[in-house]
Amino acid sequence: MRKALTGAYAAAEAMRQINPDVVAAYPITPQTPIMERFAYFVNNGLVDTELIRVESEHSAMSAVVGASAAGARAMTATSSVGLALMFEVVNVASGLRLPIVMNVVNRALSAPINIHGDHSDSMACRDAGWIQIYSENPQEVYEHTLLAIKLSEDHDILLPSMIMQDGFITSHSVEPVDVLDDEVVKQFVGEFKPKHSLLFDKNPLTVGALELYDYFFETKRQQEEAMNVVKQKYYSYAEELSKLTGNKYPMVEKYFLDDAEVAIVALNSAVSTTKVVVDRLRAEGKKVGLLKIRLFRPFPYEEVQDALKNVKFVGVLDRSFSFGADAPVFAEIKNALYDLEVKPKLQSYIFGLGGRELYERDIENAFNQLLSGDVSKEKRYLNLRE
Amino acid sequence: MKDLIEIRFHGRGGQGAKSAAQILAEAVMLEGKYMQAFPEYGPERTGAPMKAFVRISEKKIRTYQPVVNPDYLVVIDPSLIGFKDLIMEGVTNETVFVLNSKKSADEIKQFLGFDGKVYVIDANDIAIRNIGVNKSNMPMLGALVKVSNLVDINKVIEVFSQHFKNKLSEEVFEGNIKAIWEAYNGVNL
Repeated sequence: MRKALTGAYAAAEAMRQINPDVVAAYPITPQTPIMERFAYFVNNGLVDTELIRVESEHSAMSAVVGASAAGARAMTATSSVGLALMFEVVNVASGLRLPIVMNVVNRALSAPINIHGDHSDSMACRDAGWIQIYSENPQEVYEHTLLAIKLSEDHDILLPSMIMQDGFITSHSVEPVDVLDDEVVKQFVGEFKPKHSLLFDKNPLTVGALELYDYFFETKRQQEEAMNVVKQKYYSYAEELSKLTGNKYPMVEKYFLDDAEVAIVALNSAVSTTKVVVDRLRAEGKKVGLLKIRLFRPFPYEEVQDALKNVKFVGVLDRSFSFGADAPVFAEIKNALYDLEVKPKLQSYIFGLGGRELYERDIENAFNQLLSGDVSKEKRYLNLRE
Repeated sequence: MKDLIEIRFHGRGGQGAKSAAQILAEAVMLEGKYMQAFPEYGPERTGAPMKAFVRISEKKIRTYQPVVNPDYLVVIDPSLIGFKDLIMEGVTNETVFVLNSKKSADEIKQFLGFDGKVYVIDANDIAIRNIGVNKSNMPMLGALVKVSNLVDINKVIEVFSQHFKNKLSEEVFEGNIKAIWEAYNGVNL
């Protein structure tokens, strides 16, 4: 069924159909309309969820950690400094191998105070042991949320997932979204079967034990192995979802890349705007292409290398800094290309911090620089006053 | 019709520019077209100038850049017409204006130094008479639909009803419907 939904409401719609046992949230800015909408579903009896209103984002993540450990399907959503305040417990969730699924609306971190589109929040969590999936539009927000449930809850994976969307650009933009029937989603996500649970296990269980230099390292090694399993199992779940939606979910999506001489790499809504620019430049006969990163953790190095191996110049768009170092997406692209004998030349572009607009002309300027072979080791900035 | 139609609404926080944009977009979707509706969030305060945008296309809409050159420009609050720089930003010779004002189209054209198509309707008067309050977003949407022919006005009323029938008193709800029709029929083409 086609519905008019914002990215935020698309996330809430997926949550309604998943019907989690427990959701915890702190209902104040920077919380987003995801929770406003989900609370409406709870209030009107459209879900069976126990919605816990807590006193902070740190507590929101703590509550879903507790619920998940107890054996419940637990979800939440956050954004910006809310995610930053959660950070301690974000790591607890992955360390305890709890399959929590959380929608994140990407917004800036203070200071200065700003709650507009920016990837600093989720990029600051890229090493926290969560699966990270980035969404181009509200349709993908909806579908990625369903996909994340399958990945996270696989007993060989058991890692939490974050599904990202751009603050305001995606979260507050109304678009047509094709929503599956409730019953189809119910069948797809299935009944939640925890591998271990405090409430339902027959044998006594310790969760959150102290592990010093005796076992901590081994536990962390297992988390890394679980990320490898995500890559191995990703496509079986992606294909299962494709059968229902008709859409494809490659870890990286190639757009006019096969004969491209130059390419831009992007994630989230910038992908969509870049596609418009690629179409226009292709119509002028320019050999440009786009690589979209959908799965950022675990990072699909081989897929990226294969997609970009024949491209001469690559520009990477980052909506966040890693101050004093290569920006997060750029660093991964550079890593992915290291093993190639003949490497593409790279240019890092930073754009859109704190909600600064990204215009098609900004992307076109970047493509034109790449087409003329104008790249440098220095970061470049799109639509910035200097 | 152009491949992509872009509309910019100017209003003040609380006047319903965002709702008008969303209702238009949803009405368009009912006709099987693609659409986007999004507000521009500034300080987001009641009474502060704000913008809302709609894109309409037969094809899937992919761009997320702000609307640069609007095809239609709707001003919901008459006092905003005085902010010439705000109103004229990105306007081209082809931009069609639909304005809420007691002034004549010629007077406003002269003030703005704009020579294109300007349609004017006194939507505040229509709103006060029909709804009882100065809530001019829906009559302005009625006027825009008449001028632009972007969507069937009945679809707009259908979506407005879906959203507001249970939220507004019957009197206010019916008043809005009357105001939409009065502006739709009353705008001078």
